[in-house]
Amino acid sequence: MPAVVQLEDIHKTYDSGEVQVHAVRGVSLTLNSGDFMAIMGASGSGKSTLMNTLGCLDRPTRGRYLLDGVDVSGLDRNELADLRNEKLGFVFQGFNLLSRTTALENVELPMLYGRQRASGRDLQTRAEHCLQIVGLADRADHFPSQLSGGQQQRVAIARALVNNPQVLLADEPTGNLDSKTAVEVMGVFQKLNDQGITIVMVTHELDIARFCKRNLIMRDGRVVSDITVADRLFADAELQRLRDAEAAAKLTD
Amino acid sequence: MHLGSTFTVSLRALRRNAMRSVLTALGIIIGVAAVIAMVSIGNGAKSMVESQIAALGENVLLIFSGSLTQGGARTGAFGAGTLTVEDADAISHQLTNIIAVSPEVRTGAQVLANGLNWSTQVLGEGADYLGIRQWPLAEGNMFTDSDVRSVGKVCIIGQTIVNQLYPDSSPIGQTLRIRNQPFKVVGVLSAKGLSVQGQDQDDLVIVPYTSAMKRVTKQTMLRSINAQAASADGIATAQNDIVELLRQRHRTTEQTDDFTVRNQEEIAIAATATSKTMTLLLGAIAGVSLIVGGIGIMNIMLVSVTERTREIGIRLAVGAHGSEIQLQFLTEAVVLSAFGGMLGILLGIGTSELLSRVNHWPTLVSPVVVVSAFLGSAGVGVISGFYPARKASLLDPIDALRYE
Ligand SMILES: Nc1ncnc2c1ncn2[C@@H]1O[C@H](COP(=O)(O)OP(=O)(O)O)[C@@H](O)[C@H]1O
Ligand SMILES: [Mg+2]
Repeated sequence: MPAVVQLEDIHKTYDSGEVQVHAVRGVSLTLNSGDFMAIMGASGSGKSTLMNTLGCLDRPTRGRYLLDGVDVSGLDRNELADLRNEKLGFVFQGFNLLSRTTALENVELPMLYGRQRASGRDLQTRAEHCLQIVGLADRADHFPSQLSGGQQQRVAIARALVNNPQVLLADEPTGNLDSKTAVEVMGVFQKLNDQGITIVMVTHELDIARFCKRNLIMRDGRVVSDITVADRLFADAELQRLRDAEAAAKLTD
Repeated sequence: MHLGSTFTVSLRALRRNAMRSVLTALGIIIGVAAVIAMVSIGNGAKSMVESQIAALGENVLLIFSGSLTQGGARTGAFGAGTLTVEDADAISHQLTNIIAVSPEVRTGAQVLANGLNWSTQVLGEGADYLGIRQWPLAEGNMFTDSDVRSVGKVCIIGQTIVNQLYPDSSPIGQTLRIRNQPFKVVGVLSAKGLSVQGQDQDDLVIVPYTSAMKRVTKQTMLRSINAQAASADGIATAQNDIVELLRQRHRTTEQTDDFTVRNQEEIAIAATATSKTMTLLLGAIAGVSLIVGGIGIMNIMLVSVTERTREIGIRLAVGAHGSEIQLQFLTEAVVLSAFGGMLGILLGIGTSELLSRVNHWPTLVSPVVVVSAFLGSAGVGVISGFYPARKASLLDPIDALRYE
């Protein structure tokens, strides 16, 4: 399988005046097409820093990063932006949708910054298609304030998908969601992964990490373990189990 | 991103804050409206003055009694009564580049006809007066040189006199009593309307100057002399010739002159200078409000950039270039101000219309002012939007995303 992401001895040091924070200390990592990895670790262990590097939002202090075979370190601000636009999709903990902007327009956003010109009609068709993938076709005209947390996160996922990225990056995507909604979102990720999209997500919840194929554990900026998930959970089955449990709770009432 | 999308993005952002957008544009709306209304008023006054100057006649030179420039013992214009009929004759006969001369006296007088009476201005003039002033008759004929020589009791009257004293029938051939002396009406002047100063220019009676001096004013001195130069190019020479001739006749020097000669151009410059200054002043005051409007836009754009830091972060994360962010905010500022400019133009034209209807002020909305007000407002948008837009474009995506 071809390597989509290749990190070689990545270091990131934050230099904020007096103190130097060595947030990432030599991470090497290969992600193949179709990978589905959870990055775990204690708060401050460098997960977000690593994700920002993977997302080409930040440059490593040291080390080499190949994205889809391209060495990212030599690229300027605009070239990085183009790379993010074409090859990466982002999902954030806080959803980060534009307020007072419809779900559809939020999903269209990355296409507006695409280098090749798309007609307004084409934009809309593609955005609608992505909303359909995340099961929100009927909410296209809704504003974020009219959507639940889970729905907002699904709009954000649709937005991340709209430019057919190679890698979907999600920093604590279920952090603001209740457990059932979190499982629903993981279900969307699993479906997308089945269709071939490489996904990297950060979580500190063990049971959420079990929906992934691979778990990477960080401590103090280093990778301490990188394992394949043995007893993987599947969202469809979990949701069914949750529904049964709810039904049972009501029966016993 | 191409321009169309930038425009779409900017419009969407403005629409999200529709109320604020309108309030922000209000500064520009008022600024542009003020500029247009003020300049229209100024221009209206100016064109009015200009048309009045043109109404003075063609290549006209005015010779007044008294000196306007003399220092020390200053006699006001018309005050001294130093010009004589002989002066007028000398100008007429000796100066070849003067083609027409009309000696002038004037007085206020009570006039009567058809049992109605009216208080008006009576002008004594020569037979060439209307030719010099380029003032056509509506009816009848001008009195002739022989009427002047024979101290004839004939007159021509303005429209206001017609309206006041001859409401029913044509005044031609009828009698008008001026200070109780009967004059025969031989002509009616075409209407001129109000002057800039609001004077009724049609409220007058013109009689031969000889008749006026002998029968009405009982004066021997002239108030002024109207003269017409042969050509526009000849005005300056003609003016010098008149001054020289009168100095000879009055035995005066530049310091002791008891007369003043003004040509039409000088009068026009003096008269339009005031209205030009007024237009400039009004325009400048209005321009200040446009600048204030621009500062309002800059202020709101700065607030907007801070408030929308996270939005900027999202846009950068999904692939926006700094230049695209900059263009977006710049476009927002320009759309706001251009939109404000357009509404301001409508409001300004409306205000000008209203002022000219209600207050009867002459206003003149010139396309140049409208276009430059619009370009000005768009320019204000570019200038006031530039700094906030630049600030937005330089944000770091991670910092912006993390912004609370
Ligand atoms: N912009 C920054 N400036 C300085 N230090 C930072 C910055 N971002 C993160 N850090 C530090 O780097 C370390 C790793 O942070 P982070 O990657 O956010 O950890 P995690 O996401 O695993 O909680 C922490 O000690 C944090 O304080
Ligand atoms: Mg983190």
